[in-house]
Amino acid sequence: MNQNTKISKVQLAEAIVQIVGAQNLIIDEETQKPYECDGLSVYCEMPLLVVLPDNKEQVQAVMVLCHQQGVPVVARGTGTGLCAGAMPDKDGIILSLAKLSRILEIDPEARTARLEPGVRNLAISEAASEFGLYYAPDPSSQIACTIGGNVAENSGGVHCLKYGLTVHNILALEVITVTGEVLQVGGSGLDNAGYDLMALMIGSEGLLGVVTEISVKLLPQPEKAQVVMAAFDDVQKAGNAVTAVISEGIIPAGLEMMDSHAIVAAEDFAKAGYPTEAKALLLCEVDGSLEEVQEHIQSVEKLFFEQGAFSCKKSGSEAERAQLWKGRKSAFPAVGRISPDYYCMDGTIPRSQLAHVLLEIDKMSDAYGLRVANVFHAGDGNLHPLILFDANVPGELEKTEEFGAKILELSVDVGGCITGEHGVGKEKIRQMHKQFNDTELTQFHAIKYAFDPLALLNPGKGIPELKRCQEYRSIDSAAE
Amino acid sequence: MSDISETLVKQVSSAFKQSTPLKIIAGGSKAFIGREAQGEPLNVSEHKGIVSYHPSELVMTARCGTSMTEIQQTLAENGQYCPFESALFDGAATLGGTLATNLSGPARPWNGSIRDAVIGTRLINGKGEYLKFGGQVMKNVAGYDVSRLQAGALGTLGVITEISFKVLPLPAASGTVVLAMNASEAIKLMNQVSAKAVPVSGSAWLDGNLYLRYSGATKAVDSALKQFKTKNFQQLEPQQADEFWSAMNEQKLDFFKGEAPLWRFSLKSNATHLLDDQNWLIDWGGAQRWLRGDFNQSELEQQAQHSGGQVSLFRYGERSNEVNHTLSEVQKKIHKNLKASFDPKQILNPGRLYSWL
Repeated sequence: MNQNTKISKVQLAEAIVQIVGAQNLIIDEETQKPYECDGLSVYCEMPLLVVLPDNKEQVQAVMVLCHQQGVPVVARGTGTGLCAGAMPDKDGIILSLAKLSRILEIDPEARTARLEPGVRNLAISEAASEFGLYYAPDPSSQIACTIGGNVAENSGGVHCLKYGLTVHNILALEVITVTGEVLQVGGSGLDNAGYDLMALMIGSEGLLGVVTEISVKLLPQPEKAQVVMAAFDDVQKAGNAVTAVISEGIIPAGLEMMDSHAIVAAEDFAKAGYPTEAKALLLCEVDGSLEEVQEHIQSVEKLFFEQGAFSCKKSGSEAERAQLWKGRKSAFPAVGRISPDYYCMDGTIPRSQLAHVLLEIDKMSDAYGLRVANVFHAGDGNLHPLILFDANVPGELEKTEEFGAKILELSVDVGGCITGEHGVGKEKIRQMHKQFNDTELTQFHAIKYAFDPLALLNPGKGIPELKRCQEYRSIDSAAE
Repeated sequence: MSDISETLVKQVSSAFKQSTPLKIIAGGSKAFIGREAQGEPLNVSEHKGIVSYHPSELVMTARCGTSMTEIQQTLAENGQYCPFESALFDGAATLGGTLATNLSGPARPWNGSIRDAVIGTRLINGKGEYLKFGGQVMKNVAGYDVSRLQAGALGTLGVITEISFKVLPLPAASGTVVLAMNASEAIKLMNQVSAKAVPVSGSAWLDGNLYLRYSGATKAVDSALKQFKTKNFQQLEPQQADEFWSAMNEQKLDFFKGEAPLWRFSLKSNATHLLDDQNWLIDWGGAQRWLRGDFNQSELEQQAQHSGGQVSLFRYGERSNEVNHTLSEVQKKIHKNLKASFDPKQILNPGRLYSWL
């Protein structure tokens, strides 16, 4: 048991049943099994208990109990995360917020929505569409992922160059602290007095509190959206074309790049009409008023040809636009078809470093004997190399993880970071010391302490323990 | 262009050892914001200069003492600008102070604040440790977002020395129309305008007039302005428009003259107009409202809270009492804990934000 825990599993279960009822508690291992991991299934752990409260009063009471008894709490949405951030703690509970899934209010005039954390990302836009509004951040998992999880991870999506990340689109949070108190963060206005606790809470991976209510900004749906697909015989040319678009003063709604492995896999899977002989493919979406789109789409197409695109295709209808995006949006499952397993990395790099980074990844790919397909949010520099491997081959997962770690370290070396949108979780905790020194990590721990002095919230995630940091450093230097 | 970070680190370290309170200053353009606070001056204005700027990356990194005027000029030479359009205060405003106060111009509801634009900082905490958070990339979720936490903290969590922030291309065109109407009608129309897919970039009401600004692609701005043809409106000449928005942003309109207390309300954009017989300026599409005059602070706070928002005494009036909206007990506790985590001896701008912080 955890050193802080003062209660047995049976006693804890009895106390929790008093709060949430027997129907909202999972004790047996078989039913608990789906909760052993999130979307990154290479990291698994069984929790003590899985608790599914119906409302925030129950969340609050569970938090009070767990705090009194020293029981770790790992909050969870639908478990689509990709960094093992929702991996259970073996001595703690999984606090599933899936049942808190009501849309509490939509104010079409002020363009805001008040939501419980278990509302699915896409469901917000679906509910807002009757007012001509939508919620902008659109992670690939938006059909399934919850707004609570988006807040925990500061999720992005393909439209964040123009519309920002989760942190730019949230107005207020209601947070239950580790002691069960209600902390209001933000408000209905745009700026609030005191510290920007919102910035701190968003992307904090469940380490600082449990969010039970979220107010989001809604945006007017653009009149029109149109996409241009451009094919290049060289990655460098495609990179230059991205720079040319930005330099022209155009901020596309989405600007995505795929390399040849990703193009072939995506075309094979989605039949989107991608030219499979291309070395790099760009998808550039422009949205806004009819006039704006017309003006910008012409410029973009012209720029792509000037930068050496050997073919360009504009979407002529909504169906064609959807078709062109289909390949990109299904790139991950498509890659999943050409390999038994794949491991998705999430580094961010300055755009100017793209050609260099892809070349280095190619070299490492040869050295490790593992194929890599690259999908790139080109507008904002977020690179997703997908390392293809076979977990059934002994040692291949370990080799893949090592390769992945090297890619993240390369990202930091060129002025980027280890994670653009997936989060640190359990997965990238070792790379945190590449990005931050011990003093900075100590500052992070001090922030954590300000909210959660007993470290009961999502222990072992996000910020590495300093001792371990040093151990890893000595291992790394011994290996070099 | 000079880097005095080593000196600054030494000064803060020594203040930490001797428990000397520090009062951080640069251009001094926003000294009126927050509470009156005491301390040994720590002048950061010599730590200045643009450290890196690659227009095609849409990112600039500059030292805290760099003047916002220099930043804007450099960006404009490359067809770009700071989307948060912060006030320049006759050239005295610096980048560090702009982040510490989180002041934004008229486009705030659509373009975001400096808080939204900042992607990385270097800062010296209250123990004299020199730290770096975030970086020069727009997406970065490694560790807590300490950079954005500095926005509006008035230097109470750290001496900000360097900031990386996102910039945007200058809009190709811009146009402003003025429509005569009362405040309640204006609030309604402001919200309606913001709910349409048009490139609105300013929406303010003053003295019976609603000012609407559109910025973006030329054709889009033209078409947005055209819709007012049938209504009783006046389109401002470009220079006239720039003068109005700038005078509002720099607080040089007649509304801001004199030393009567200036209250800043941050409300839900469609909140009902309050105290109709008083002197108001409504900005940010209804989300920011300025009021002049002597009022009971706790009564205003109640009214603001009733409208889903907050009010602070932005300028003038009694500044030795609290000037910012009252926090709840839980918020207070978290604030104190956070302050202790960055500045355990409370030497950085103590009392500037709240008397107890």
